[in-house]
Amino acid sequence: MSEKTIVDQSRAPIYEALQNFRQMRVVPFDVPGHKHGKGNPELTEFLGEQCVGIDVNSMKPLDNLCHPVSVIHEAEMLAADAFGAAHAFLMVGGTTSSVQSMVLSTCKRGDKIILPRNVHRSVINALVLCGAIPVYVNPEVDCRLGISLGMQREQVAKAIAEHPDAVAVFVNNPTYYGVCSDLRTIVKMAHDAGMYCLADEAHGTHFYFGEGMPVSAMAAGADMAAVSMHKSGGSLTQSSLLLIGPRMNVGHVRQIINLTQTTSGSYLLMSSLDISRRNLVQRGKQVFKKVIEMAEYAREEINAIGGYYAFGRELINGNSIYDFDPTKLSVHTRDIGLAGIEVYDLLRDEYDIQIEFGDIGNILAYLSIGDRPQELERLVSALAEIRRRFQLDGSGLLSQEYIDPEVVLSPQEAFYAAKRSIPLKDSAGMVCSEFVMCYPPGIPILAPGERITQDILDYIEYAKVKGCSLTGPEDPEILNINVLV
Amino acid sequence: MDLWFSEFHAPDVKHSIRVNRHLYSGKSEFQQIDIFETPEFGKVLTLDGNVMLTERDEFIYDEMITHVPMSVHPKVRDVLVIGAGDGGVVKELARYESIERIDLVEMDPQVIEACRTYLPENASRLDDSRVHITYDNALRFIRRCSNCYDLIIVDSNDPFGPSEGYFTKEFYGICFNALKEDGIMVNQQGSPFYKHDAEAMQRSHKRIVSTFPISRVYQAHIPTYAAGYWLFGFASKKYHPVDDFDAKKWKNLHLRTRYYTTKLHIGSFYLPAYLEEMLEEVEQENCCK
Repeated sequence: MSEKTIVDQSRAPIYEALQNFRQMRVVPFDVPGHKHGKGNPELTEFLGEQCVGIDVNSMKPLDNLCHPVSVIHEAEMLAADAFGAAHAFLMVGGTTSSVQSMVLSTCKRGDKIILPRNVHRSVINALVLCGAIPVYVNPEVDCRLGISLGMQREQVAKAIAEHPDAVAVFVNNPTYYGVCSDLRTIVKMAHDAGMYCLADEAHGTHFYFGEGMPVSAMAAGADMAAVSMHKSGGSLTQSSLLLIGPRMNVGHVRQIINLTQTTSGSYLLMSSLDISRRNLVQRGKQVFKKVIEMAEYAREEINAIGGYYAFGRELINGNSIYDFDPTKLSVHTRDIGLAGIEVYDLLRDEYDIQIEFGDIGNILAYLSIGDRPQELERLVSALAEIRRRFQLDGSGLLSQEYIDPEVVLSPQEAFYAAKRSIPLKDSAGMVCSEFVMCYPPGIPILAPGERITQDILDYIEYAKVKGCSLTGPEDPEILNINVLV
Repeated sequence: MDLWFSEFHAPDVKHSIRVNRHLYSGKSEFQQIDIFETPEFGKVLTLDGNVMLTERDEFIYDEMITHVPMSVHPKVRDVLVIGAGDGGVVKELARYESIERIDLVEMDPQVIEACRTYLPENASRLDDSRVHITYDNALRFIRRCSNCYDLIIVDSNDPFGPSEGYFTKEFYGICFNALKEDGIMVNQQGSPFYKHDAEAMQRSHKRIVSTFPISRVYQAHIPTYAAGYWLFGFASKKYHPVDDFDAKKWKNLHLRTRYYTTKLHIGSFYLPAYLEEMLEEVEQENCCK
């Protein structure tokens, strides 16, 4: 009998072990030095005794994240079962660490990896670490919305044909905006070519539990998936899951994770993963049904205001928008003459409403089970008011276009190469050695090793003027940039 | 038997009313609804443990939130009332023959049902043929209106529960948009006395000032509300609450009132110094912006 058939999803082994640990009233002569909070009364007052009392170190009854054999192992088996994975790893370094572990598990120095350019910075960071070479697939851009979409099947097939030596295909499932590629077909293409398929599911936890959702990476047969439990899954910030399929070697992936992961894994984070997994199994279906209903309602109401376009499943085109995450509430704002980032700022400054992000043409409001209809009414009404009070003629607004990057050097070579700092405005034609991105969403405009062009500089300048928060370069003002000598 | 209803007016201040009987207790989708019978205040309606009205002092609130704008605006035909499921405001409004339509938007049908059963006098005019009741979120309802109303009365619970949305800038904005070009919005503005209430009052005043060209605050003494001292906001596109006040015309209507008088109308806009200071503080922040 396999272990799968005996799992009991009503259990939460780490949570239970911590409850027991609390009752045993163990005297701590180990780290952490705050000793269940007694050594730091201000922190205890702020976070609460319940919380600091379980901020403890690995020990026999609580297992060890670096080499799980008891309660953490059980929690991982339960998570694997819940997500339909061959194995699941609890991660405490954010989904960034899950993404990096996917890349480092499959790519080594000089290996090629096929990926869309609209990946999260953590993917390219992983390439800096391991020295793999990116082969970018141009994600189609929706002209009206100005957003990068999924990868088209033909484009992936072309990249595979042109780079048969690549080791992996990397897919966003979904993108920040909720756009999904044809993951099942891409997995099959990758496998037929002897490559791994890796999925960034930072925004896809709910695909595993909700009904009527796009296909999840594990169901599509992908080899690895990085799942941000702390986004739609409800666990604490910085907790994450790394899922693997049957083709991966559990021991090898564990070794890769241990290269960079802390040896003092936080039990606050791990217990939050354990409890959230149980909650998703028990209540996920109803919860996400409600979230979809709220998102659909908000879309209807926002579209009834006029000027705004809250987009949804009508965008599905069978290829670059193979599917769409119905819980995402993205709104195109350019037709009211305002950049997304301007609407984002107005919502916060004028109406005390904080949304997830605004870019050049769109805003994204993140909906979850924590939302109630009355707050949605506020959001919709505030958008109606912004239109009434601030609407402009939108003719001067820039549309966000995909700028095909010219990769001159691998991210690792460029990052470590001899470089000098020059004014950004004079850098056209140079090869960049660092990242430039708007955060959020944290998708690089420039990555190390790419040629800087005037189009890119114009885009950066425009984003700055509109109030986007730019990050990446050493120079915090983003007036100077490091280029290769 | 020694049975008391208590409500915190501030973290360290409690107001208690002796209770004879607990007449009704229900939990709706939005809030906890209770009706008590008390020796001093008669029947008392509470929502989430906050006193909404008592039979003994409801006349003060309902008269002041109604007759002040009604005696300033020369011709009120279309009125929107938000909240007010107890029917008290509608009862006062229904006395004006000039009003042609009263739209009442209440989010919680259970409040109206409970009041119809246990506070029938208060709710007596909800069946007036001019009254149209909609059960909906008010933001959703008003968002669809433009240039519709002469008067909007916002009779909500305090800003710390399900009514929070009725104290926001987006709410005042859509009300502005729903009013005709000479429309008036009156809202319950809380109490200026205890710190928590005072801060909320300042926040909402600031938002109204930034939305309407004319925005004044007036006061009344309401024994069962926090500090016994309550404020109303008078926000208007055209009419000033004192300069455009037509006492003679209102007197000619011969409406008998127990709190409101035409002299008190003017007096209620004369505020104590500490309150003037609090209001000026946020008004200045606004004009410097």
